[in-house]
Amino acid sequence: MDFLILLAKIIGLTFLVVLPLVPICVYFERRFSAVIQDRVGPNRVGIPLTLFGAKKDFSFLGLVQPMADGIKLFLKEDFTPSYVRKAFYWLAPALTVAPSLITLAVIPFGSSINIGGHEINLAIADLDVGPLFIFSIASLSVYGITLAGWSSNSKFPFIGGVRSTAQMISYEICLGLSVIPVLLYFGDLNLGKIVQHQADHGWLLLPIWKNGHVGSIDLQTALFWIPAFISFLIFTISIFAETNRMPFDLPECETELVGGYHTEYSSMKFAMFFMGEYAAMVVGSALIITLFFGGWSLGFGADEAIKNFTVGDFRVGGLIHLGIFLAKLIAFILFFILVRWTVPRFRYDQLMKLGWVIFFEAALVNVFLGALVIAAPSLSPAVIGIGAVLLIVLTGAIIWVAKVSEEPVKRNSGLLGQN
Amino acid sequence: MAVIKVKRPQLSFGEKIYFGALIKGFMLTMKHAINSMRGKSRGAKELASSGLGVTMQYPEQKWDDQLPEHYRGAPALVTDEQGRERCVSCQLCEFICPPKAIKIIPSEIPEGDRWEKVEKRPLEFDIDMIRCIYCGMCEEVCPEQAIFLRKDYAITGLSRADMVHNKKKLYEIGGVRTGLVNKWNELK
Repeated sequence: MDFLILLAKIIGLTFLVVLPLVPICVYFERRFSAVIQDRVGPNRVGIPLTLFGAKKDFSFLGLVQPMADGIKLFLKEDFTPSYVRKAFYWLAPALTVAPSLITLAVIPFGSSINIGGHEINLAIADLDVGPLFIFSIASLSVYGITLAGWSSNSKFPFIGGVRSTAQMISYEICLGLSVIPVLLYFGDLNLGKIVQHQADHGWLLLPIWKNGHVGSIDLQTALFWIPAFISFLIFTISIFAETNRMPFDLPECETELVGGYHTEYSSMKFAMFFMGEYAAMVVGSALIITLFFGGWSLGFGADEAIKNFTVGDFRVGGLIHLGIFLAKLIAFILFFILVRWTVPRFRYDQLMKLGWVIFFEAALVNVFLGALVIAAPSLSPAVIGIGAVLLIVLTGAIIWVAKVSEEPVKRNSGLLGQN
Repeated sequence: MAVIKVKRPQLSFGEKIYFGALIKGFMLTMKHAINSMRGKSRGAKELASSGLGVTMQYPEQKWDDQLPEHYRGAPALVTDEQGRERCVSCQLCEFICPPKAIKIIPSEIPEGDRWEKVEKRPLEFDIDMIRCIYCGMCEEVCPEQAIFLRKDYAITGLSRADMVHNKKKLYEIGGVRTGLVNKWNELK
């Protein structure tokens, strides 16, 4: 019975909730970008009811478009160039998709439901190492991209793969360091418990209720908002870099690299890269929501009531929470899309500098800041003062080092003299 | 050639921080998004938009009354005021046509016909609309002003044969054109 429930959760949450989100993301991406650029976007593909004798077609804003795209990708010729290293060439797409889908296992999609006495937690695996699991598995997807670039045996995919490797490894450091204050604050690595804590005590970035009372906020929580917000900024931007989304999509920037690491891929293998990218985006958004925006909780002390919502013998409040989670997820995906169509692509050295010189240091200082705020109640004022001074000195020193290291190198000093 | 030295712009602190520019960008794109959903994009009215962005959505809205004077649509043959075929089948258009879309079989006008003195008219005049590139050279070259590019643009068919406009169809599209050369009139 337990096994069946687990299987149902895996199939339901991965293949019925998240995988359909991928084509829907693509649809949103196309419609939203169209609207931003004063266009219309795909709004035609629907169910051709006129073929069956009805008066009008049913188009429903073109929501069937992603299905048509998927069918197209399935039916296209799957062309394998003769010069590729076949085994790795075939392995790479799978290595990109699988990690993204595996990381879904620890995301709490909703609170629990109760059916026939069985308490079902709406997370596939309620691990006690949630964020660590996600980081470790998600970083495996770099293998997919690197192998794709290398096995294609062609220069542009190769450069794309190398760029991607460097980028993902660099930004994983910021990613890991930036969540440390958050994890210190919750004192727990279980994502389900983190969300439960936020449901009870206010979201990390919106801590304005406590035990169901809006407005009661203590000094420590208010102060922790600052490191939490810095964490949020670094974490979000690092997720952009980690998922190869627009301002940092150098591995596949089409102006320089044709198509990047998937240049030589066609048909369903290309679709799998595409899917992996969007699935990574979904997982990234889910993680941001879980850590900073209260996961499935509606907030304002309404969660206990929702959780105990009962229809007949079934306590189905968890499904309402699932709906809330998906609504937040889609809102965040729309934000991803807005960023993609707003911010121009960075240069590669800017990307590396942002990761290593700015975010790495900022995240490091932020860890100490967060720790100081959390530890403050149990410390004497003198120790807090010394800590604060040390922190300011450390920050100043880092900024100074960053400035000194920025000493301009002579650009184009060959033929044209100094520029 | 003079060497022009381009100085890198000195960025102020605010510009280096970059967040200001980001937020400005978000405002700009969101303004576009909201305006285009309300049908208030710049130029939406002039371009007769469908209410989403500046796009006119084709099968529901047609741009027939938006077409400019010089629009080059399907080529067609015209008759004059007296109902005479203007074409004298000189075949210049057939020769000039870059994609060779025009095929003319000339014939003589029999004696006793009202337009006997014109001597020739086309027996067959086919324009293959799959080949036609709407360049308008036929119109330019015609000494009799018999062939014109009309504003018809939706030329469709279910087979290749459907896409060949024969003489009947061409006169149907072209209709009568008055007030042009009158050298074949009885007046002269």
